[in-house]
Amino acid sequence: MIAIQTTNLTKKYKEKIVVDSLNLSIEQGELFALLGLNGAGKTTTIKMLSCLTRPTSGDAMILGSSIVSNSIKVKEQINVSPQETAIAPNLTVRENLELIAGIYGSDKKQSKQKAEDSISSFGLSDIAQDKAKTLSGGWQRRLSIAMALISEPQILFLDEPTLGLDVLARRELWGVIKKLKGKITIILTTHYLEEAESLSDRIGIMTKGELKAIGTADELTKKTNTAKFEDAFIALAEEGSICI
Amino acid sequence: MYMKTLAFASRNSKEILRDRLNLAFGIGFPVVLLLLLSAIQSNIPVELFAIDQLAPGIAVFGLSFISLFSGMLIAKDRTSSFMLRLFTSPLTSSNFILGYTLPLLPMAVLQIAVCFTVAFYLGLTVSINVVLAIIVLIPAAVLFIAIGLLCGSLFNDKQVGGVCGALLTNISAWLSGTWFDLDLVGGTFKRVADALPFVHAVKAGRAALSGNYFFIFPDLWWVIGYAVVIMAIAILVFMRKMNSDNI
Repeated sequence: MIAIQTTNLTKKYKEKIVVDSLNLSIEQGELFALLGLNGAGKTTTIKMLSCLTRPTSGDAMILGSSIVSNSIKVKEQINVSPQETAIAPNLTVRENLELIAGIYGSDKKQSKQKAEDSISSFGLSDIAQDKAKTLSGGWQRRLSIAMALISEPQILFLDEPTLGLDVLARRELWGVIKKLKGKITIILTTHYLEEAESLSDRIGIMTKGELKAIGTADELTKKTNTAKFEDAFIALAEEGSICI
Repeated sequence: MYMKTLAFASRNSKEILRDRLNLAFGIGFPVVLLLLLSAIQSNIPVELFAIDQLAPGIAVFGLSFISLFSGMLIAKDRTSSFMLRLFTSPLTSSNFILGYTLPLLPMAVLQIAVCFTVAFYLGLTVSINVVLAIIVLIPAAVLFIAIGLLCGSLFNDKQVGGVCGALLTNISAWLSGTWFDLDLVGGTFKRVADALPFVHAVKAGRAALSGNYFFIFPDLWWVIGYAVVIMAIAILVFMRKMNSDNI
């Protein structure tokens, strides 16, 4: 079943086209990575799909609901972990989790239970009573993802989830993301090619607002006659359109 | 609707109350001023800072810190990724506006009540009129909350610090008739002060406190009018920001 279907999804800022007629289909349970150089349109695509920015033209159906005409329904089924860590700084880890459960409609008792479950599954027990602003970058990012999952979304958008983290923290987060694979649909944007290669089922490469190529890491490597995925990415990002 | 607003309002209360600087300024500064001016009054022969005139003025002045709290919170949220997270959630504009404004109302009432309680120790007569004065100052509290919502929607946190923390506190102090009788200055200064709501809020508070009930409403209408208009503008600006590409 299709989780996300975009049709000529376009975003312009004045005369500048940031996302250009994006046509993309993502299956339920798939982990789809969106790659591209800076300014390729990845974050704008995520912002449109998560109803944060209205498309200039075109539309996307998220689990059958339009991001243009039924954004509230879409918002109930998705969650986002933004590029920068998005936490309430003066709230404790537990309170942050309860807050998100609450604003997605859980009552106080349900929120407490969901927070407890989330603390347990994300290994946050030791820091549950610490204020979010006192946590290290890695723990803040882990909390941010736990907050994105506490609403039990069917689709999760992870915008540069490991940006700025050290190798250890990054690998730990990879473990968290791998555990989610197959259970929910995940759309991941990243600058780390090995991250996309290691985690994703399929990869889309965007250049100057256009989706240039789509496929598995192996398919993209073969198609570009390169030895490794990094070379394939460079070839696609620099040269332009190849559709697989 | 109710649960979502409550969850968000609860978070906003915690964010404000856990900032010690907020508490120090919001509660501490007006109280210190009240004590200081009363001390001056006790050492001068003329009646310059009579406690029944001073207390409502300081209570209104203290409310300017409520604008600062709300403005800073909203501006900080807006300039952080936390707002992106909230804007991708099913929270509606009503949830946001109620969530930001509702926690501030009891805080404002508490702040006014603390001001009058301290005034009791400085010689203010304990009477039912104090309760009426607190009620009469509620529209002023709404006005200051609305100013905070508006500034938080338009400016970043540093700008809110300048506009609400410096400009508004000074305007609401100098143009409120708290420190000196505006008739003594007269002219344009008085006309500007009369055109703004602060002096009217203080006059309405004083009328309630002194039991001159017939004098409450001409001034209170000014405050209510400003509160309604500024709140409506603040809501429109916030909703516009919510739907714009540039949060």
